[in-house]
Amino acid sequence: MILYMVKRTALGIVIIMLAVTLLYLMIHAVPGDPATVMLGPRATPELIAAMEQRMGLDKPLPMQIVSFFGRVLSGDLGVDVFAERPVAETIVGVLPYTLVLVAAGMSWALLLGVPLGVYSATHPDSWMDKAAGVSSVAFIAMPPFVVGLYALLLFAVTLGWFPVIGGGQEKGWIGQLHHLVLPAFAVGLGWVGYLARLVRASMLEVLAENHVRHARAHGLPHNVILYRYVLRIAILPAVTIIGIGIGAMLSGVVFAEIIFARPGLGKLIFVAVQQRNFPLIMGTVLVTTTLFVIATTLSDILNALLDPRIRSRL
Amino acid sequence: MVEPTGNILQVRNLSVEFKARKRVIKALRDVSLDVPTGKIVGVVGESGCGKSTLILAIMRLLAPNAAITGGEVHFGGRDLLKVPEADMQSLRGTDISMIFQDPLTSLNPVVSIGRQLIDVQYRDRSSLDSKRQRAIQALSQVGIPDPAARMDAYPHEFSGGMRQRIAIAMTIIEEPRLLIADEPTTALDATLEVQIIHELKELQRRYQCSILFVSHHLGVVADLCDYVIVMYAGEVVEQGSVRDLFHDVRHPYTEKLMECDPARIVRSTERSFPTIPGDLPDLVDLPSGCIFGARCHRALQQCAAEAPDTRTVAPGHAVACHLY
Ligand SMILES: Nc1ncnc2c1ncn2[C@@H]1O[C@H](COP(=O)(O)OP(=O)(O)OP(=O)(O)O)[C@@H](O)[C@H]1O
Ligand SMILES: [Mg+2]
Repeated sequence: MILYMVKRTALGIVIIMLAVTLLYLMIHAVPGDPATVMLGPRATPELIAAMEQRMGLDKPLPMQIVSFFGRVLSGDLGVDVFAERPVAETIVGVLPYTLVLVAAGMSWALLLGVPLGVYSATHPDSWMDKAAGVSSVAFIAMPPFVVGLYALLLFAVTLGWFPVIGGGQEKGWIGQLHHLVLPAFAVGLGWVGYLARLVRASMLEVLAENHVRHARAHGLPHNVILYRYVLRIAILPAVTIIGIGIGAMLSGVVFAEIIFARPGLGKLIFVAVQQRNFPLIMGTVLVTTTLFVIATTLSDILNALLDPRIRSRL
Repeated sequence: MVEPTGNILQVRNLSVEFKARKRVIKALRDVSLDVPTGKIVGVVGESGCGKSTLILAIMRLLAPNAAITGGEVHFGGRDLLKVPEADMQSLRGTDISMIFQDPLTSLNPVVSIGRQLIDVQYRDRSSLDSKRQRAIQALSQVGIPDPAARMDAYPHEFSGGMRQRIAIAMTIIEEPRLLIADEPTTALDATLEVQIIHELKELQRRYQCSILFVSHHLGVVADLCDYVIVMYAGEVVEQGSVRDLFHDVRHPYTEKLMECDPARIVRSTERSFPTIPGDLPDLVDLPSGCIFGARCHRALQQCAAEAPDTRTVAPGHAVACHLY
């Protein structure tokens, strides 16, 4: 198991390095060289040359990439020329809001979706199963920003139960939690349906496998079979999907962050793209990519913990 | 069958149907058999004749689309078809245990074999450590080398033969009064088959349990069993002691089965099913008359019109055929 974790982590690091390289190349393949872009239309050739030297653009490409790695590793993601502060600082300022939102959204989806899927699989074609099926599809089909808008209108504007906008930056953690409820609801709802469907399908499949009948033939109690023998296998696809889902959510929560005017990574990317703020785009993409790879790596490791057959692969 | 008293299991007129795509498959019809206490009874027949359906009905582990439409299964003074599911569950793995056909898919792939061997002892109030010792002991009994070290291994780390031994170790731990084995050797090669049969004999000798042994290898049945039930297309066509069946064959189907089987089974490792010209009848739309009529080389005129009753041709030897 340790060996698997080491291997999988190494693979994750390689993926991140490839992604960073690709990102660097992509940014530098954009028409118009960065020095000109940064200096604006009034740049003189001398100024551009000086800027290129300062940015290391006069060196050969591999050298540029290596020094880029060096800077990234030391936590230097460049300077946000618009706000005139380090990109890393800007990102670190908003990152916790996104992480908390993603964690809350995925957690409640997990806590509701998985039991719902288990119930549906163990009571197939019951009215609860059918109701869960229909609502799951509805939850999946509804775009999160629509859910967000209606939740905002109903619970915040009309009923006044929750704050309308902001992340509760100036309040204590209870206030922040209060601010978190509606956005987390909006980003997680589709996942409730998705996980319920996924767990139901894979659980039904596992329940039909021979080893379940074997366990029953030896008189094992229903709950042991269900939770120790079956769910452990049936949850595997969900674990994989959640890893990818968390990664995708990091930038996917942009709707919730905009609708609820929350600070966050998604919103930061949105603003950076609007401003054509290249250092900021680069920094945020770097961070989301890294977090994405971390999430999928962790989900793979969790899968391997649950399923010994995976450990012997890779 | 033979001993009017002292049958650990008595099946009477058991009928099972499957519903599949609006069609009703009459997989078992009026099956009756006895398993005398302490004896080994073999059930033989071609693939698809309902052997697995029979034993899954006895265990009450049939697929959800199956329905037991009639009959009784007497075990320990009760009709198993009438006891509540909770009681049935407490019988499984204590009084009745089972070994399945495919060892590669029978064990749970994500639970260590040690854990699975400990889990089947969940009713036992002894300490975890003594359960562990019990599991290790059972593994060594079935010939798993270095059992203590293999307790934490997972099924995929064992070969098919080893996995079947682990499944047998489970039944050893349970010390059941009745062991039901559904073709436990079909998925294995011939040398392993011999070893597994040896384990079953050992098990029977040591714990005096009764065994209902399903197979389509007559050679194995002749070697292992005391009594034989011959099934065809969901019905019992002949039953008797191994002597009766192998030296005084009556039913034309059993005859054909013998012709196809013994020599080949003993001499070769080839795993083909016995082949008899013709196909199994349609279990949805059953032919009138004798179920084997269409394939029978000795069919009489009345065979197509009338289903034969089961007749006792010698003490303990019964056959369902118009010839007798
Ligand atoms: N769940 C099911 N749904 C529909 N039909 C079934 C089902 N299970 C078994 N059958 C049918 O019932 C009949 C008897 O099947 P069964 O598995 O009992 O045969 P078998 O004698 O055990 O064969 P084998 O030697 O191949 O294991 C077959 O025609 C089979 O197609
Ligand atoms: Mg079978």
